[in-house]
Amino acid sequence: MKRRMTCIECPKGCQLEIEADGARLISMSGHECNRGNLYAKQEIEAPVRTLTTSVLTRGLELKMLPVRSSRPIPKEKLFAAMDAVKLITVTSPVKAGAVIAPDFLGLGVDLVACRGLGKA
Amino acid sequence: MAAALAARAAGVEDVLLLERDQHLGGILNQCIHPGFGLHHFKAELTGPEYADRFAGLVKADPGIEVSLRSFAVKLTKDKELSYLRPGALEEIKARSVILATGCRERTREMIPIPGSRPAGIYPAGLAQKMVNMEGWIPGREAVIVGSGDIGLIMARRMALEGVTVKAVIEIQKVSRGLVRNVVQCLEDFGIPLYLQHRVSMIHGRDRVEKVSVVKVDDELKDVPGSGFTLACDTVLVSVGLIPENELLEMAGGEIDRKTNTPVAPEVNLTSIPGIFACGNACKVYDLADWVTRDSELAGKMAAEYLGKAPEK
Repeated sequence: MKRRMTCIECPKGCQLEIEADGARLISMSGHECNRGNLYAKQEIEAPVRTLTTSVLTRGLELKMLPVRSSRPIPKEKLFAAMDAVKLITVTSPVKAGAVIAPDFLGLGVDLVACRGLGKA
Repeated sequence: MAAALAARAAGVEDVLLLERDQHLGGILNQCIHPGFGLHHFKAELTGPEYADRFAGLVKADPGIEVSLRSFAVKLTKDKELSYLRPGALEEIKARSVILATGCRERTREMIPIPGSRPAGIYPAGLAQKMVNMEGWIPGREAVIVGSGDIGLIMARRMALEGVTVKAVIEIQKVSRGLVRNVVQCLEDFGIPLYLQHRVSMIHGRDRVEKVSVVKVDDELKDVPGSGFTLACDTVLVSVGLIPENELLEMAGGEIDRKTNTPVAPEVNLTSIPGIFACGNACKVYDLADWVTRDSELAGKMAAEYLGKAPEK
């Protein structure tokens, strides 16, 4: 089956023409770099997205700490991940890149801090 | 920060960096989504990560003095600058000034949306700060006016936080945002994008209750009989940015009244020699990476103005 998709790997947004048999990529065109290739393959097999959000803090210099998943997670897990994020409160100072929740939701990715935060 | 670092690299000995917030990084701090740095750092970073990398370089440079919570209140054509910092009004004279003051948002009042003035109407960037930095969710059911990148990114952000995003309404034929944002922010979450539609009325007494939406033709005139309403308690307005150049104006610099940008023959220049404007204060950019690239050029231009030999 042929279909079109937009590559979301970079701001260029290449329009891809995809031919796939279920979850198997047969052929594609329209991508300007290899990231498009990998994106299309992943998107057909199992779409993933990087989760970015903020978690509550207590006693730190900002009310919220921006966090991200260390790698993209399955798209259908985004809302479950958001529910889990809401249960976290960070109470001690962190450095940028620090792991806030290891092996988040058992997905094999960590939730990491996007910035450092000191005491209030 | 990019301009300060580039000026230093080009031989300027003494740089003062004024920041009105309590942290370096400006708007990047509330842009917690990924998509920054693919060009400059060859890695996909979030806004805070992108800012953090520069803040680290700035703090490590003894030639850059950072003054936080410092608000510039006056600039003259002779580059005398007054700024307020906690407990003091400072007056300094610089040999060159780079304005990296960014933009403010266009508000609901600046586009014609009739209706009442209930609570629940926010500029999208303000809502972004509330959600991402303060931990406040502005409402339960939202309609977003304008499909620029900020509007699209806030549609996704609100949806992730459990808000029902009813629609994004765009008066033009195409979204003004990046295609990737239409895909990953709207299509991923099943949020409808109404192109060639406008919000014709906001209803509600104390709180927003609903909006009226109508289709428009190629002349932006309403199509009779095409109207419908969407129930919502929140309206986010994402209808463009206005460069902040009041300091330049105060100094007597020439401003283009239509765009509020400096009148100048090339990027980063103003009509006053030695006063530069970079980033979104110069023109509204779509990518932070290009802001960095041009701001580094601004730093070099300032160094050249100060008589430092250009890089070979």
